[in-house]
Amino acid sequence: MSPPEVYSLAQTSITSHAFNADRSEVAVSLNTKDVTIFAREGHEWKATETLSEHDKIITSIDWAPNSNRIVTSSQDRNAYVWQLSPDPQTGRMIWKPTLVLLRINRAATHVRWSPNEDKFAVASGARAIAICSFDPEGDWWVSRLLKKPIRSTVLSVDWHPNNVLLAAGSADMKARVLSAYIKDVDKKPSPTVWGEKLPFNTICGEYTSPTGGWVHAVGFSPSGDALAFASHDSCITVVYPGGPAAFTIKLTSLPLLTLTWTTENSLVAAGHDCQPIVFSGSEGGWELTGSLDDPHSNKSSGGSRPGAPAAGRLNSAAFNTFRNADSRGISSGPGSAAAPATESELFTVHQNTITSVRLYAGVPGNVTQVSTSGADGKLVVWDVNQVTPASATGLAGKMAGLRI
Amino acid sequence: MSNTLRPYLAAVRSTLTAALTLEDFASQVVERHNKPEVEVAQSKEVLLNPLTISRNENERVLIEPSVNSIRLSIRIKQADEIEQQLCHKFTRFMMQRAESFVVLRRKPVKGYDISFLITNNHTDSMLKHKIVDFIIQFMEEVDKEISEMKLSLNARARVVAESYLAAFNS
Repeated sequence: MSPPEVYSLAQTSITSHAFNADRSEVAVSLNTKDVTIFAREGHEWKATETLSEHDKIITSIDWAPNSNRIVTSSQDRNAYVWQLSPDPQTGRMIWKPTLVLLRINRAATHVRWSPNEDKFAVASGARAIAICSFDPEGDWWVSRLLKKPIRSTVLSVDWHPNNVLLAAGSADMKARVLSAYIKDVDKKPSPTVWGEKLPFNTICGEYTSPTGGWVHAVGFSPSGDALAFASHDSCITVVYPGGPAAFTIKLTSLPLLTLTWTTENSLVAAGHDCQPIVFSGSEGGWELTGSLDDPHSNKSSGGSRPGAPAAGRLNSAAFNTFRNADSRGISSGPGSAAAPATESELFTVHQNTITSVRLYAGVPGNVTQVSTSGADGKLVVWDVNQVTPASATGLAGKMAGLRI
Repeated sequence: MSNTLRPYLAAVRSTLTAALTLEDFASQVVERHNKPEVEVAQSKEVLLNPLTISRNENERVLIEPSVNSIRLSIRIKQADEIEQQLCHKFTRFMMQRAESFVVLRRKPVKGYDISFLITNNHTDSMLKHKIVDFIIQFMEEVDKEISEMKLSLNARARVVAESYLAAFNS
């Protein structure tokens, strides 16, 4: 039973993070135009490199573990593939960008390598998903667009383990399973529960969120036979197309933004509640198991957590009062932001929305640790077996306590 | 706190907490733009249903959520003409200094006295529960502030009148 490892990488929000294969380096985007690569030094992370090519905020990063390539997507409508190669002058290894011809004209929102790392999918605000594969003749990445049924910004994508099917969640309140089969790259896929013949842009499934919320996150189970999606109506839905059955869990708390499967029968999701929540179940039904974060135990440890920033400790109610008095000329009255007798820190490890949860240790299907990053600039590694059960008072009771 | 104020503020607080679930969302209408969707209102699917919370016919709050921003408008209680004047001057004073209040909108929504615009950049850089606390405290204090101003205005008027009429008394 080890406590979660908390690393405070920045004071700004982390929009996305991706670890390399041996988890010695992590690429993060600190809500800026640049990707920063941090390398592990003992218990610290040191910024080693900055990849700058984009000219708007980077929305998503993915690091291919085997081919050691990074792909980034940004609101400037572009994506770049970064490969470690020697500098012609100095011979030093540097990250070299390769342009991707995305052919989209709105922001790119999410990017994921396919399991074989020969393709990647870029979700975008142009109501399309670009499936990119490498063209050796032109030395660039070319794309084909999945367009047809999508009617709004695609918020997230996830690959099926067979390297062909793709799940997409979008702001038109639907999660879809589409075929991203590219003739030159893929071998003919064997039939799955999602369908048998899978030419490009086949719609294998379309699922509406239970009460009409944007679908923030999608994820295939490790076997690929089930699909989970989290929507803005605070629901998480698990779909078994073979069944056909769909299980919806309605939460009493705030919406979830991101999810990842840990085993075939459990998944971790996180979002605006600032804590990762564990769900488990099977084809018979799904339920909320508990949280990886224990708000009550964190309360006692307070600000003395390892890696808690100095500015975080300063961020108390009294400090805010004085800062307001100083910068805004408000000592009390209608403008005062600091409510007296209110704790300024939440009882959870993350102090703001968790935007990304990724698997950290273990193989797909048997994940032992997951990592989360969020708008508070923290990167946290959690042990997925250390679940605080939803007790008699329930998770909802704890949530109510958080909102003091 | 009076008996009707507490449930009113509690309703505003829980609505606001639920509405402040914002994320970064680039415009799907204009290339390379990123604007508060609640203001541009060009993509219908990213706007949520607006919600009005009323305490009585004179006091209400309108919360308009969207994917990357929310707009909260407050109608402040105005019982008579003095209160109307005071409320107008007070909100105008603040809206002229909107930058220093960060989340304040420069113009109120029609039918309301003061509006706040909270975007995903605000919820990223500030603590969310603190923003909610700020709005709630503002709502608590603004009534008090205006009735205090009204009292001191009346007191001042009385002093002026007394000292003026004292001249005729002798």
